[in-house]
Amino acid sequence: MHPFEYLPARNLTEAISALARHGDRARAFAGGTDLLVQLRGGRYELDAIVDLKRIPEVMELRLDGDGLHIGAALPCYRLYEDDSIAKVYPGIIDGAAVIGGTQIQSRASLGGNLCNATPSADGIGPLIVHSASAVITGTEGTYSVPVAGFCTGPGTHVLRQGEVLMAIDVPTPAPHFGAAYQRFIPRNEMDIAVVGVASSLVLNATGDRIESAMLALAAVGPTPIVAAAAAESLVGKAPTEESFREAGELAADASSPIEDMRGTIEQRRELTRVLTRRTLAQAAERAARNR
Amino acid sequence: MTQSEAPQPDAMKQVPRVHVQCTLNGQATEFLVAPYQSLLETLRDVVGITGTKEGCNDGNCGACTVSLDGRIVDSCLVLGAEADDRTIDTIEGLAPPGGLHVLQQAFLEEAALQCGICTPGLLVAAKGLLDQEPHPDEQMIRQWLAGNLCRCTGYDKVVRAVQKAAEMQAR
Repeated sequence: MHPFEYLPARNLTEAISALARHGDRARAFAGGTDLLVQLRGGRYELDAIVDLKRIPEVMELRLDGDGLHIGAALPCYRLYEDDSIAKVYPGIIDGAAVIGGTQIQSRASLGGNLCNATPSADGIGPLIVHSASAVITGTEGTYSVPVAGFCTGPGTHVLRQGEVLMAIDVPTPAPHFGAAYQRFIPRNEMDIAVVGVASSLVLNATGDRIESAMLALAAVGPTPIVAAAAAESLVGKAPTEESFREAGELAADASSPIEDMRGTIEQRRELTRVLTRRTLAQAAERAARNR
Repeated sequence: MTQSEAPQPDAMKQVPRVHVQCTLNGQATEFLVAPYQSLLETLRDVVGITGTKEGCNDGNCGACTVSLDGRIVDSCLVLGAEADDRTIDTIEGLAPPGGLHVLQQAFLEEAALQCGICTPGLLVAAKGLLDQEPHPDEQMIRQWLAGNLCRCTGYDKVVRAVQKAAEMQAR
């Protein structure tokens, strides 16, 4: 492995200047569960890695009137071990809880999942259907972009040199909101999604009509796919198996899977149909409980 | 070959080593480590305690599991340099002086090991579970230990051993 320096940043200014100084020869280091594997596997070489885990803002977890604020390097277990978060943000918990095994959960972060930007990421779709934003800071200042627009291709994203993902902000859901994430893997845990689907919807006060919906698909395209037409088809309809089935068809139309060792194109389309239906049903159940 | 034509010195020498102070198995410990060395390499090759095993070296098998500030991690996916100011607990710190931890006792009684490479990782991981949940059911045990692979015994004996240790601990 090419030798690199370890730079533990004490604050964001230090992190940004270290990253700017080394340009594309440095990367931010959160949990390292992808970064260290990729470095050791020789996927790329770096001269320095900038550890963000000693920066308080980047490790923060805050639930308040504005919503949920997730520091970019906060390990996944912190999310699902907090019952107050699981209750309001169920889709995010579904995703965060299945990234790797217990050891990985102690280190892996949703911010890292987002920056690693694999098409099969379990953490990204749930953030999209919870309308989350990525908070980016750098030499030019701090700004937010929707998580839905963060990834630009397999392993690539909107961050520019000298910028870091600092946090993920998730708004407080509307009343009668529900969300869910499910993936298909050929075993029970510790695997990469063949397909993953995240769904959310908002029901009306009486629970018999869908006011709005969002769908995000994983591992069926170069980036997480927002299945807008499928989600739109649900608006005004009753939350029934039939509505969900139709949305599943449209979601499969929106997918553009490839064939690889994990699955064929046809299998991935079929899984998109099935998981869309199932996650919508689960999201509706959760929304009904929020009435 | 003259001195100046000699091959470049080992790349490992080009990046200065990092001074680390941590609490390792309850003892204040300090060492110098190359910034790119994993905690696993640090424990085995720098500190010289070899109970923690290398399996896959990429975060899949859990053989190198240690506890970092009370949470189990794959030490191959942690840098030694990150240990500064942190608390590390390894298999060497599990047993009380002159005895065995209940998990070690239960693994022996249930024959939950064969070649033994995965065993230190399984024991440290299982301790992490019992610390958090003293009465785990079978499903919880299997879920918690999903990141620890064993290629000899299968997992039934391991799960039974953890259940037995939980009972022994409750007594």
